[in-house]
Amino acid sequence: MYHPLDALFDLQRALDARLDSDWLRGTTAGTGAFPPINVFQQGDGLVAIFEVPGINRTDLEIQAKDNAIRITGKRAITYPEGVSVHRRERRTGSFDRTLTVPMQIDANGIRAEYRDGVLALFIPRAESDKPRTIRIN
Amino acid sequence: MSPQELQVQQKREVEKQQESTVPARTFMPTTDIYETESALTVVLEMPGVDKSNVDISVEAGILTIEGRLDFSKYQDMQPVYTEYNIGHYRRSFSLSSKIDQSKIGAEMADGVLTITLAKAEEAKPRRIRVG
Repeated sequence: MYHPLDALFDLQRALDARLDSDWLRGTTAGTGAFPPINVFQQGDGLVAIFEVPGINRTDLEIQAKDNAIRITGKRAITYPEGVSVHRRERRTGSFDRTLTVPMQIDANGIRAEYRDGVLALFIPRAESDKPRTIRIN
Repeated sequence: MSPQELQVQQKREVEKQQESTVPARTFMPTTDIYETESALTVVLEMPGVDKSNVDISVEAGILTIEGRLDFSKYQDMQPVYTEYNIGHYRRSFSLSSKIDQSKIGAEMADGVLTITLAKAEEAKPRRIRVG
């Protein structure tokens, strides 16, 4: 029987299998830089997903040029005055990260969705980069 | 304060007390906890979790938070490069002061859950005068 939790496990294994794969060919600084990036193929295009919890959409800036996409922003955390802090694991600060993808993209066609602290960029492949079927006469 | 650069915090997996029947991994939300005279506030990062998929319970002095991730949107995507894994979230804390169960507030914004636990009357600190 199909179980949704098995589906999650399969997805987790698929994500693990691609951890720091060489698909980006070293064009993007790897793990450690914030925000963490996952890149997926979806149809002809790509989807880049970033986890940026606690960051207001107005504090996120996305720029695209050629095949490079730059994400900048900051996270501020404020505590009410006069509190005693028991545990502080969340971090504040700014970030600036550029994702360079190894294909020609349609930078004007990029669509961004931000929901529940997750930023998804839907990146269409450039028409000129799509494979052509060549007929044999 | 000088601007500081954000670093990725590796996700920590929940250490299971019992082995679960399903193999999927569950992660611990990054958490801040602070206290005022009247309340305890717990702030948890659960990116990707919708507020309708959050469960909060206080039982026998243990606060448990669960967040279920909707991963259906990943269905037609093939990963080509990844830096993090995804999954459901769970974390528990034992509460040091008595909580008024009827006054637990929760709100969610940008993947961050803020829980406000009002302290029960008898748990509020009393000022003691030196006579």
